[in-house]
Amino acid sequence: MMLNLNGEDTEVPAGSSIPDLLGILGFEAGRGVAVAVNGEVVPRSEWEGFGVTEGMNVEVLRAVQGG
Amino acid sequence: MREKLQIAGRVFQSRLIFGTGGFTSLQVMGDALRETGAEMVTVAMRRVDPVAGGSILEVIDAAGCDVLPNTAGCFTAADAVFTARMAREALGTEWIKLEVIGDDKTLLPDGPELLTAAEQLVDEGFIVLPYCNDDPILARRLEQVGCAAVMPLGSPIGSGAGIRNPYNLAIILENAGVPVILDAGIGTASDATVAMELGCDAVLIASSVSRAKDPVRMARAMRLAVESGRLAHEAGRIPRRLYAEASSPTEGLAGT
Repeated sequence: MMLNLNGEDTEVPAGSSIPDLLGILGFEAGRGVAVAVNGEVVPRSEWEGFGVTEGMNVEVLRAVQGG
Repeated sequence: MREKLQIAGRVFQSRLIFGTGGFTSLQVMGDALRETGAEMVTVAMRRVDPVAGGSILEVIDAAGCDVLPNTAGCFTAADAVFTARMAREALGTEWIKLEVIGDDKTLLPDGPELLTAAEQLVDEGFIVLPYCNDDPILARRLEQVGCAAVMPLGSPIGSGAGIRNPYNLAIILENAGVPVILDAGIGTASDATVAMELGCDAVLIASSVSRAKDPVRMARAMRLAVESGRLAHEAGRIPRRLYAEASSPTEGLAGT
């Protein structure tokens, strides 16, 4: 299925979970990472069960040096 | 008993807040951080980490510091609010250093967007520390919407130009009912001292340390500078005079 993943149209396997998407991006799922779908933050406790579907806009941010 | 810095009910021993941008490695950043004695460290939120591998959070944890996420790089209130929400989820803190800038060349805050974002985030329960212009009216408005501190700039981010308008800063300090933290523009130790002598409650130090030839040594200089400036502020400086005022007795001189 196609998603917009951090601004890039990306083909991912159907049924991918949020942790799967983090793996595709090369993010570790630890502290300091947050995920939003279609502009809404998805709490970490809901990552496993969240239904990722075709066309969703997924944003993944992590804490980095800066500011 | 000396008065401690207090923001939103939290007491700090150090009056130096540490910015993490611009360090060439996490090792140097961690060494510099320990030298400053800072207890709060600000981090940005990005899609990728373009600078360094490893975990910045581990370095901050190892130094025993709290993390203060920021919204650096945001140009609109909407982007800043979104970034703050992401930071809260990522880092488990309500604290946010709010930055909403107007353009890439000056990196100066966009006042209307900043105020809009501040109001929204306060409503959502964030402890908001806004990076703002050295504008006494904007600082007052930010305080009125519930910000826990105000963070006026001395001069543009990374410019190292020091405090360009100490008179505006003095007006902000005289009127503020929340801590005033000088953010941006500090180039070297004396700039930090001046900020503290003027009465700032704290300073945020970033580029002046991270881009110094020897960041760890500059970090120590900044710690001493902030402590010196604060002590001088508490001690109370003598007034400036146009003419001399003798410090020796004027009575009992030879030949009188």
